[in-house]
Amino acid sequence: MRILVLTAAIGLTIAISTTAQAFCGFYVARADTSLFNQASQVVLVRDGNRTVITMANDFQGHVRDFAVVIPVPTFIEREQINVADNALIEHLDAYTAPRLVEYHDPDPCVRYEQREMAMSSGSPASKVFEDDMDRDRALGVTIEASYSVGEYDILILSAEESNGLITWLDENDYNIPPGAGRVVDSYLKQDMRFFVARVNLEEQASLGYTNLRPLQIAFESNRFMLPIRLGTLNASGKQELYVYALTRSGRVETTNYRTVRLPSNTEVPEFVETEFGEFYRDMFAKQTRAQNERAVFLEYAWDMAWCDPCAADPLTADELRSLGVFWLRDKTGRGGSKILPQPAQDVFVTRLHVSYDSEHFPEDLVFQETGDRQNYQGRYIIRRPFTGTINCDASAYQQATRERQEREAQNLANLTGWDIDEIRARVPYLGDIRPETESIPWWRRIWQ
Amino acid sequence: MNIFRTLADPRYYQIAVLSSLVIFGVCILDFGIHWYNALALIISTQIVQYICMRVAGLTPFDPLSAGVTSLSLTMLLRTDAIAIAVIAACIAIGSKFLLRAGGKHIFNPANIALVTLMFCSDNAWVSSGQWGSATLGALTLACLGFLVLTRARRAETTIAFLLAYAALMTGRALWLGDPLSIPLHQLQNGALLIFAFFMISDPKTTPDRSSTRIFYGVFVASVAYIIQFVFYEPNAAIIALILCAPVVPVLDRIARGRHYRWESPADPRASNF
Repeated sequence: MRILVLTAAIGLTIAISTTAQAFCGFYVARADTSLFNQASQVVLVRDGNRTVITMANDFQGHVRDFAVVIPVPTFIEREQINVADNALIEHLDAYTAPRLVEYHDPDPCVRYEQREMAMSSGSPASKVFEDDMDRDRALGVTIEASYSVGEYDILILSAEESNGLITWLDENDYNIPPGAGRVVDSYLKQDMRFFVARVNLEEQASLGYTNLRPLQIAFESNRFMLPIRLGTLNASGKQELYVYALTRSGRVETTNYRTVRLPSNTEVPEFVETEFGEFYRDMFAKQTRAQNERAVFLEYAWDMAWCDPCAADPLTADELRSLGVFWLRDKTGRGGSKILPQPAQDVFVTRLHVSYDSEHFPEDLVFQETGDRQNYQGRYIIRRPFTGTINCDASAYQQATRERQEREAQNLANLTGWDIDEIRARVPYLGDIRPETESIPWWRRIWQ
Repeated sequence: MNIFRTLADPRYYQIAVLSSLVIFGVCILDFGIHWYNALALIISTQIVQYICMRVAGLTPFDPLSAGVTSLSLTMLLRTDAIAIAVIAACIAIGSKFLLRAGGKHIFNPANIALVTLMFCSDNAWVSSGQWGSATLGALTLACLGFLVLTRARRAETTIAFLLAYAALMTGRALWLGDPLSIPLHQLQNGALLIFAFFMISDPKTTPDRSSTRIFYGVFVASVAYIIQFVFYEPNAAIIALILCAPVVPVLDRIARGRHYRWESPADPRASNF
């Protein structure tokens, strides 16, 4: 038996499409969560003290070995648990993923100026575990509830102390990693319960699902946090976590760690198109190191009503409601309007990405919702030089383009730490002439 | 004017440190502080201070306290609306002249502006996690420098608050069986240091006697702990200070002491604002 605590990886491919045109460039590719192994994805819907949490699993082993233990701040009723569709999270991932866009230079003989568009900132409950109740009591463990939801069998456990709970989990074939006792004890003293889910193979077979679907829990709590401490115990090295926060007022940030915007809106060489995934991974690693491995990174913050350019369409009101955006019901419920899908309003999405371990992230992530509705996206730009026939003296355009290509090469080296000479060797400078911008002193050009 | 007497006014040091921190935050740390909001805050606090002093018939005009208030607000208040910055200035300075007891203002001006806007507006918030551990060393040094330069006069509140808060965090970790890296992480918070050295330290809104100041520091730390770990509200210390402030006039009545006066202004009455 293997335990999985908030660790999972969602498999998606990098989609390539050049159909959408917008202010902020033509969409080329995106860097979605499939770039990182063992990535967990969590959707947090929050308004006031109401929270709906959706946890995505793409467990790689046999489902009979799957189990998840999650600390929860309150008792959870059967009706507060749901199983969602993987496609929801895949869509949210695609919509919010960092993106590569492109611009094509116009014919220099028609006009020389380049437009730089500024980004606008804008079953009723059934007993499923037949455990020896006396043994449970002897261990001080209380099974507060047991439910069967979709393909999952779920227990809500509380305990007097951690040793009893750890022993109980061990006796019930949950393989708890060493060191868990202390962390479990800490959560128990904070009046937290444990949400334990494993797969009911018969149910799964009858439902016909092959992948594990995301679990959802809705609860009320003043604590706007995500417990990550158990997750650091059974992992070797760092874990990748994506948090998608869906809120009413604005961007979400961590209050106990620095939330940093990733460098964005940077021009990079054309060849990045074919290796956008590697580019993004290396850039993320470099930025993480630059922040002493202690920062949470903002990858996307946007009003859910639109996008520019769109890496995927915004989520529909139905999709958002399925993810737990409970306040949308008020809007469409009134008047009984059936005109769907409508663009979702009143939802602000924040995508946070963190690479964590216990050394650099000793404490659980604590969040707050801010009033900041300024739009932000991880956006990287490639500019295609004009390749048509030039029927005029375009030497100025060509020189400017070569200098731009050199800048793009340097940007790429700065962002990723890749070797500048290797980058330069792959840049198709116009006319195969590389401008020696570094070695020419600025004063030499003044009187030429 | 005696230059040494003038420089003995701790507000010069506060303004120097806070200005450096604002510039550092804007240029290096990407705090999300908009320059125009900062400017609006700094100018409007001075205007409101000027108007209030004129109405109260106080001379000469003393820009220092309003300067410290505007810089504290710039550092802690986040907003995307310039109007919020102006309203913050009005609340902060206005409260000094309107909400008074026993010849002192009750609330720290920046504190009351922050809390009022945090709870009344969707467009105002405080980003407490934005300092990062890398910059903490420099910040600690700046804060300790403040203690040295002012010879720790009236610094009992700051010291008592920090020690009590550290003790509570450590105690909680020991009770929960958490590693000590957790309380250490909780204490390595830039916003907490700014609060301790530039907000709760305000000699005008702390009790007049040394013993009551120590009690007050511990009291604020305890309330902050309850807000953070019972009610799980962010920005606990800032909220705690506003809740505890009305206790000061009571403490002053129980244990009378000497009102604090800033060193520089000529008119002793003006130094009360």
